[in-house]
Parts: sequence; structure tokens; C-alpha cells
Amino acid sequence: MADLESFRAETRAWLEANCPPEMRLPLKDEEDRVWGGRNAKFSSPAQKQWLDAMAAKGWTAPEWPTAYGGGGLSREEAKVLRSEMRRINARSPLDSFGIWMLGPALLQYGTEEQKQHFLPPIVRGEIRWCQGYSEPGAGSDLASLQTRAEDKGDHWLVNGQKVWTSYADKADWIFCLVRTDPTAPKHEGISFVLFDMTTPGVSTKPIVLISGKSPFCETFFDDVVVPKENLVGTLNRGWDVAKHLLTHEREMISNMGMDMASLGEVAKKAIGLDAQGRLDDPLLRADIARFDVDALAFRLAIERTGDLAKAKQGHPALSSMLKYYGAELNKRRHELMMAAGGADALEWESERSQGGTPARSWLRTKANSIEGGTSEVQLNIIAKRLLNLPGA
Amino acid sequence: MPLILNDEQAMLRDTARSFLAEQAPVAALRKLRDGRDALGYHRDLWKGFAEMGFTGVLVPEAHGGLGLGHVEAGVVMEEIGRNLTASPFVSTAVVAASAINRIGGEGQKAEWLPRIAAGEAIITLAVDEGRKHDPSRTAMKAERAGNGFRLHGAKAMVLDGHVADLMIVAARTGGAPGETDGLTLFLIDPKAKGVAIERTIMVDSHNAARIVLENVEVDADAVLGEVDQAHGALEGVLNVGRAAVAAEITGVGDEAFGRTVAYLKERKQFGRVIGEFQALQHRAAHLFTEIEIAKAAVLKALQTLDEGYDRAGPIASVAKAKAGQAATLAVQEAVQMHGGVGMTDEFDVGLFMKRARVAQELWGDANFHAERLARLSGY
Repeated sequence: MADLESFRAETRAWLEANCPPEMRLPLKDEEDRVWGGRNAKFSSPAQKQWLDAMAAKGWTAPEWPTAYGGGGLSREEAKVLRSEMRRINARSPLDSFGIWMLGPALLQYGTEEQKQHFLPPIVRGEIRWCQGYSEPGAGSDLASLQTRAEDKGDHWLVNGQKVWTSYADKADWIFCLVRTDPTAPKHEGISFVLFDMTTPGVSTKPIVLISGKSPFCETFFDDVVVPKENLVGTLNRGWDVAKHLLTHEREMISNMGMDMASLGEVAKKAIGLDAQGRLDDPLLRADIARFDVDALAFRLAIERTGDLAKAKQGHPALSSMLKYYGAELNKRRHELMMAAGGADALEWESERSQGGTPARSWLRTKANSIEGGTSEVQLNIIAKRLLNLPGA
Repeated sequence: MPLILNDEQAMLRDTARSFLAEQAPVAALRKLRDGRDALGYHRDLWKGFAEMGFTGVLVPEAHGGLGLGHVEAGVVMEEIGRNLTASPFVSTAVVAASAINRIGGEGQKAEWLPRIAAGEAIITLAVDEGRKHDPSRTAMKAERAGNGFRLHGAKAMVLDGHVADLMIVAARTGGAPGETDGLTLFLIDPKAKGVAIERTIMVDSHNAARIVLENVEVDADAVLGEVDQAHGALEGVLNVGRAAVAAEITGVGDEAFGRTVAYLKERKQFGRVIGEFQALQHRAAHLFTEIEIAKAAVLKALQTLDEGYDRAGPIASVAKAKAGQAATLAVQEAVQMHGGVGMTDEFDVGLFMKRARVAQELWGDANFHAERLARLSGY
């Protein structure tokens, strides 16, 4: 415990010295996030400075082994780091599917060479990854995917189409589910492969969403050559890797919105307080207060689920619980943001609304309960795997 | 600190679970209710609580207790919730023990804490007066008279009021209802002249009373803590009670939920168990989620009381609000999913609904605590 306290003191001092003041302000909008990659965009020098400082310590991936560029922290130390970052409202230095999803799967299923090769550039934010899972005919029923990878002796030849590929047009590499045995039952003929998005035959087409933005793409593979060594895990056992990774994706989605400015503060600015110092809209105030109860309790449930897993008292399907609740909570948050913003939040193009940020963000959150497995699929998983209800 | 029980706490939970399931199951509550028991709790059970050390869980070792923490008290409360056990545990061993230990003078501690730990004194906090919990609305008057005070007013929802050996009464020595200044806590002997106690039979068959004080005179040494300045200390003690009841109500909700899931796997209609129907599966899965989230908030509130007693206010409110809301949903779904039998007195789920309703109301319902959180958050 004494060690943990000295770690806290050191961390606090280091953050104080290294986290630029700008990086302690709430995100202005989604465009303000740092995703890294070959074509990384930084909206200010402070963002780059913050990323580089954190990456040098391995603290973009605090719990990964130092051998792969990570921070090598214990779970308790990582918690201290998070709480110290929260204390000064430090932003996440790097948002990354590599850190949230691929990395944990590689640590579990990758070869030593794969870990050495792929993990350090993820920690440093040099390679940006996207996820090739869903297909036009494989949504909630993901395992029915049809993209083929044929064994051509010294390489795989990949043909097919993915959809809802997040940021495929901005990503450098893709982790992708492909069918390697079309004759096997659907869960048993899938493999997990990695390839560069600049490989000939890969093309992407952004999909315009109701938010007017295009965070997702259709992604096409036309005779794409993939090196043999880029298969992760066992041939035809890719579904295991996929499921492992999905639990991490679900945990990632369940965290959405946690770094937003508090609703109470936003509403206060928009609506003002009455003579007793209460938000001058009693019903909205009540809704926000109930939301805050749920959101604060939910943050603790995320923490507890991690602690249970660490103590070997957890259950993998608890990630479905977090995904379900986190997605619904984030939708509620944005409904309330819109209610607090009123007519101002409806402006789609003005400077006042920063180009329609409130409305576009609100619309974007509607996908939270669809992506990474719909809320209904999560409820099915909870019913079947945690409650052991029959036939779900 | 990880948000799970440590080994000793888990062991205490197992001990409490088997002790209560054996000594104080739901059937014991039925017996008290159906026999119109005069005490409203089983005296032998309370002796058992003392022998197990439960009564002294929050009493320091120097005063004959175990000197354990709020997490441990909460562990016992959750098991009490699962069994709907009626006992003076929360009034005496949790709230009164905290009040006297936190606020009392050395003489008061030496007089009462050993008796709490030994199971020899039942002590209750009398704070609420109206229909809804709100300590700042206290109107009961305490005027200076001679060397002491003269109290006048009425209290409601006084747990174990008709069997208490001592009452801790919040009264106004200054200020007006709605103000936080001017509150003082008094130790009142229920047998003192001018005290009238009416036992109120409640919907959940747990003990409560209304108390009227008519010019009750006490000495200055009956004051617990500081004159006029009790509000902060009282809130601290109430946070202990709120977190503890949040633990209890989580036990109530979790047990009602467990029984419901078991029923879904056994009850057949249309030629299949009703747990196969997705309409019910999704509701059960949602309920599971709500209860798990409540458990995390409750444990955090209890841990915060142990680690930083003075900053437990917001999390105690989150825990009480969330646990109350989750358990309310749990007992409603329990009755609905049990169908007709859920409506019968013979079946236990109705008793869970009744206890959840009372525990929800006790020391602030979900609305009270959401409002408090809003106020503490500055909006």
C-alpha cells in the first residue's frame, strides 16, 4: 500500500509537469480526439506533446508489458494513474482501436513475433487500426460472414466485403475476420488476419450517417494478398479471437461519453439557476439528477467488473452487461444534452453550434446500441450465459 | 482498494449468510407478523447477533466491540435483506453505535457502547417528523430550561421505538425548519415523563413507532455532540444508515431476483418453461444489470465511509438512490413474473416487495437522494 501511495505521488508530480494545460480541458467535439496513425492529425501542438510524453512512458497502454512498449503497471497502479488523470481532467492522450481491441487479443493469441512487431507502434500511436467484422449479410449474426481467404500456398488471397468498418478510410491496417473453411459449421471456419490497408485490392467508401458524418465505411477486398504470417491464433479458430476482442470492444463502447463535460454544468450554462441555486427547469433537473445517479453508479460497475475479473471472480459475459448499459446511458446523456441545449443545439451549420456538434453527436450515439452487438444481442447473452435461461 | 470483498469480508458474508438463513429466514418474519409479536423481533436471535459479534461490528474494541468497518456492517445488512430478517441491527448496531461513537463524549461512549456490543441495549435515532425524510425540516423544539432543555414535538418512522432503551432525538435549539443551523441531538429515556410512544404496525412487519414528546425535561448532559451544530454530524451518521440500508435493499432485490429467475426456469406454460420467452429474458437481463450496478455503488459507499468518512455524502446518495431504484424494479418484476401466485400472501415475493418499499423510504428515497446529489453537484 505504501508503494501505491508513493506511486500516486510520483504520478501526480509527473502529470503536473507533463500534461499541458490545454489537455486538461473537456473535448470540444469528436474532431478533438487524437487517433494517431501514419496520417495523424493534431488540432494543436499540445496534443502531440501530450501523446509523445505519455507514449514514452508506455502510459497510452498502461497495463501492457514494457517489453512491447507498454507501461508495465499493475491493475492497482493503472487505477491510480486513471484517478490522477481524472483529478486534473486530463484527456486521453490517444484513442485507439489498437489499444482497446487488437492489443489485448494479440497479447492473448499472438505469436512473440507478432507482439514484437505490432504492439509498440500501437502504443506510440504510429499505426491506426480498423476492425473488419460486419458484412452486409452478417450483422447481429456475425458468424455468418462470407469474406473468403483462400490458401495460395505462400499467401492468403482475400475477397469480399465488410461494412460499418469504423474509420476504414483513415486507418493504416485492418484486423479482419475471414472464412478459411467454407464447408465447416459457421463458427468453425473463420480465421483472424491482419493486413495493410494500402495493399492493392483494398478500397473503402465512406457511408454518410444521419449525423452527416462518415465514421463508418464499406470496405472491399478484391484479390488482396495477405502474408501467411499475418494470421493470428489457430487456423479456423478465429471465432475465439473475435469473441475475446469483442469483449474488449464492448468495454470500450461502455465507456463512451464518460469523458464528456457533466450534464449539470452544460445545463447550468444553457438554462441558468433559480433563486435557490437550482437549475431553472425542475423536470430537466430531475432527469439530469437521475441520470447522474445511474452514470456514477455505472462507472463503479465498470471498475468492479474489472476487479472481479482480476480476482478470478468475474465472467466474460459481464462485458455484455457493461456494453448494454453503457450504450443506453450514452444515448440518454445526449438526449438530455439536446434538451438542455434547446433551439441552440438544433443549429446544424453555425459557428455558435461549432458546426452542429451537439446535434451530430446526439445522432451518432444512436449507433451505440447497434455497433459491437445490439442491445438486444447483449440482453440475449446475459440471459443465456449469466442467468442460464434456456433456449436464448 | 478493489471494489470486491477481501477474504475476511467474504468469510463474514458466508458466516452471516448461513447464520441468518438458519436462524432468521423469511418464515421467522411471518411468525412475528402472524403472532402479532409484542416485541417485533426474536429475542433469541438478538442474543445470537451478540454472540456472533454482529451487534458490536461498529463498536471499537476498547468498548467491547469488534471495531470493524462499514463494509462489514453492510455485508451483514445485505444478508439481513436476503432473509427479510427483523431485528434492531440497523437502528442500534449501525446507526446508534455510529452516532454515539462519532459524536458522543467519553462518558456517553463508556455508558452505551458496551451495552450495544453486548446486545443489552436497543437504541434508536428519531429524526423524521413528516411523511418524507428531510433532517433540515426538523421542527421539534428544545428550549433551555434551568440547567437543561425542555423538548416538545413529535417524531415518526422511529425504528424499534416501542422497544428502545434509549432514543437519540434531533430537535431544534435554534433556527427555523428548513435551516441547517440550530439542530441539536439529545439522548432521551423513553420512560421519561412526557414521552408517549405509539407502535405503528407497518406494511413490512418491521418495527416502527411514532413518538410524542410533551415538555420532556432533560439535563444538559443529555446533549449528544454540540448544541445548535448537529446537522453536519447527523448527516454523517445518516450516511452510514443510508449506505447500510442500501446494502439491505440490494439483498432484498437480489434475493427477489434470484427467486424469480429460478421460477422462470421451472414454471411451464404453452408447453415450455416461461424462461424461454425472450420478452421475459430481456427484462430479466435488464434487471440483472441494474442490480449489479447497484452492488458496485453500495460497496463503494461502504468503502468510502471506511476510508474517508467525511466525503461519503455524494456516494451514499448515489448508492441509496440506485439501490432503491433497482430493488423497486426487482420486486415489481418478481411479482409480475410469478403471476397469480406472486399476489398471494402465502408466497414470499410479496414480503420482499413490502420490505423494499419501506427500505426505499427510510432515510431518503431515490428522489431525495437524486435531489441531494444535484445540490451537492451545484445544479
